[in-house]
Amino acid sequence: MSKITEPVRTNEPARVFELFKTMCLIRAFEERAEDAFDAGFVNGSIHQYIGEEAIGTGVCANLRDSDYILSNHRGHGHSIAKGANPEAMMKELMGRVGGTSGAKGGSMHIADFSVGMLGANGVLADGLTMGVGAAQAISLKGEDAIVTVFVGDGTTNRGPFYEALNWAMVYALPIMFVCENNSYASSTMTRSVTAGEGPVARAKAFGMPAFDVDGNDVSAVDTLAADLIGRIRGGGGPQFLHARTYRVKGHISRDKMLYRAEGETEEHWKDEPIGRCAAWLATNGIAEDEVNAARDAAYARIDAAVAEAKEAPFPDASLAYADVQDYGPPEPWAQDGSQDGPQDGSQSGSTS
Amino acid sequence: MTEMTFADAVREGLAEEMRRDPLVWALGEDLSTAHGGTSANQYTGLIDEFGPKRIVNTPISENTIMGAAVGAAVAGTRPVADLRMADFGMCAVDELVNQAAKIRYMFGGQARVPLVVRQAIGVRKGAAAQHSQSTEAWYVHTPGLVVVAPGTPADGRGLLKSAIRADDPVVFMEHKDLWVATGDVPDDEGVVPIGVAKTVRTGNDLTLVSWSKMARLCEEVAETLAGDGVSVEVIDLRSLWPWDTAAVYASVRKTGRLLVAQEAVQTGGFAAEVATDVTEHCFDALKTHVRRIGAPRMPVPYAEPMENEYRVTPERILARARETLAA
Repeated sequence: MSKITEPVRTNEPARVFELFKTMCLIRAFEERAEDAFDAGFVNGSIHQYIGEEAIGTGVCANLRDSDYILSNHRGHGHSIAKGANPEAMMKELMGRVGGTSGAKGGSMHIADFSVGMLGANGVLADGLTMGVGAAQAISLKGEDAIVTVFVGDGTTNRGPFYEALNWAMVYALPIMFVCENNSYASSTMTRSVTAGEGPVARAKAFGMPAFDVDGNDVSAVDTLAADLIGRIRGGGGPQFLHARTYRVKGHISRDKMLYRAEGETEEHWKDEPIGRCAAWLATNGIAEDEVNAARDAAYARIDAAVAEAKEAPFPDASLAYADVQDYGPPEPWAQDGSQDGPQDGSQSGSTS
Repeated sequence: MTEMTFADAVREGLAEEMRRDPLVWALGEDLSTAHGGTSANQYTGLIDEFGPKRIVNTPISENTIMGAAVGAAVAGTRPVADLRMADFGMCAVDELVNQAAKIRYMFGGQARVPLVVRQAIGVRKGAAAQHSQSTEAWYVHTPGLVVVAPGTPADGRGLLKSAIRADDPVVFMEHKDLWVATGDVPDDEGVVPIGVAKTVRTGNDLTLVSWSKMARLCEEVAETLAGDGVSVEVIDLRSLWPWDTAAVYASVRKTGRLLVAQEAVQTGGFAAEVATDVTEHCFDALKTHVRRIGAPRMPVPYAEPMENEYRVTPERILARARETLAA
């Protein structure tokens, strides 16, 4: 994933082409992850980001490695866009040595602290509360960095969403909340369980600047994110970006989506961001074969990642005991040397 | 040595750690108001020395007090989150149990979560069902967490220091009645290591194991039994996870009799863990089965006669101790 760290104005074809490449990499990862799941190579379920790639891509293109993001259960796209290694991510999904989280977490717990990706998360809204804390740490340390938290529309009905927005405003923290509105909270249409005018109105109720964008238009997301992130870096305090999109896939890959109207998915698929971006590139000076080659390169990379992951060994079972905590005796079943901490309960220096 | 209250000693400990390490900070409700921690002045004056970025007065938002502490810990600082009472801590169990306790593990060791969460435990007179619970066993049961429950001002100060310096998340449980209790506090740094018990009275006939305020009651019971010519060894565990098995085993191997006393509801409590563990490891040395005493399995009642019915009193511990000695 190419990193574009300067918030250049978008609609510049070379920049949009870079965004396109990142979106293709995410799409290829998600499609091949589903194939791997169907073939029995993935131990748990996967929540795919297909059709929503423009949001994570457009936002993260404006972030630096030193900036933090916090993701949610649907975190593959955010991770790749922030610079996490797709090869290591595929190993994580397959539970192999070399996975981003040492094969301890799987799809829902991908993290790459080396690029500021502080973790996907299996509990909705917890990224918000941890995000304001990370922003407080930045503020305390006087660092020049910001935090971005990705949440879905369903999460706007959890209490910590309100606590965190209030908190961010009270302490004027360097944080951006990105609400990816894909219409569904698991299998429930979010608007059927949501009062009021929606996420933007809710954010504005806290006095937070909140903006709406077509989340399937990667240039539009990029432009708005650049603007909001620039405001935050300039000391403007929290900002709220609401991106409209649609979850073309099920909640998880094996979800048969029996709750959807006939033709609904197909109608929305016409608006998916990669096709739109390709069409824009075609009329803005990027040759079609260049675009196709970029797409093919993304799939080739991910295919190679899948092959590499299948070849990688599973971790030794004794590693299950590592990284629980520094304090405490070994578990009775633990094999020699596989658990942290000496028997006397004093602090151990040797871990992981 | 200087005599001071538990609340003052722990506040001093926090201030000393904040002076030592600029990445240590505290957050919670009412921390920067005139009385700094409405329950017992645990934070009085700290805002003046450290300012509002390090003594953060928060809204009533337990999810975010705990969640922000987790986020700030993984982002390189050492927060001390005060949830005021273990009962309010339940509002933040998700952030503590699902996030703080698991982040290091489920992300494959990429991050540590060096935070302290203060949750006061114990029956406070007239505080009834939602301000009096002792929930230490909940967190001992959670992999990833350290749990300490000091019972003296010196241990409160010394264990808070160890908790702040630890890279694991630490649940620091202080008894509300202890805040005003006084005791000698060392004039040096006085760090108390995590996982090390203190044998507060030596004896040969019975081992009495407890923690927090109950350890003080056990000392009273031992004094009473001494009048009967019975020699009781009292161990204040101080840390519940990890707990000092070596100290307890050695004592039980000497006395052959063990009673574990806790203020929490007896069923499923930490005393059950101690009792089972000692039975598994010291069965050959036991002259009678291990006994425990804890509160009845009911919410804490309000009216004084019922509240007293709930309490684990020195008289009740004494009766159970005599039963253990007679068996």
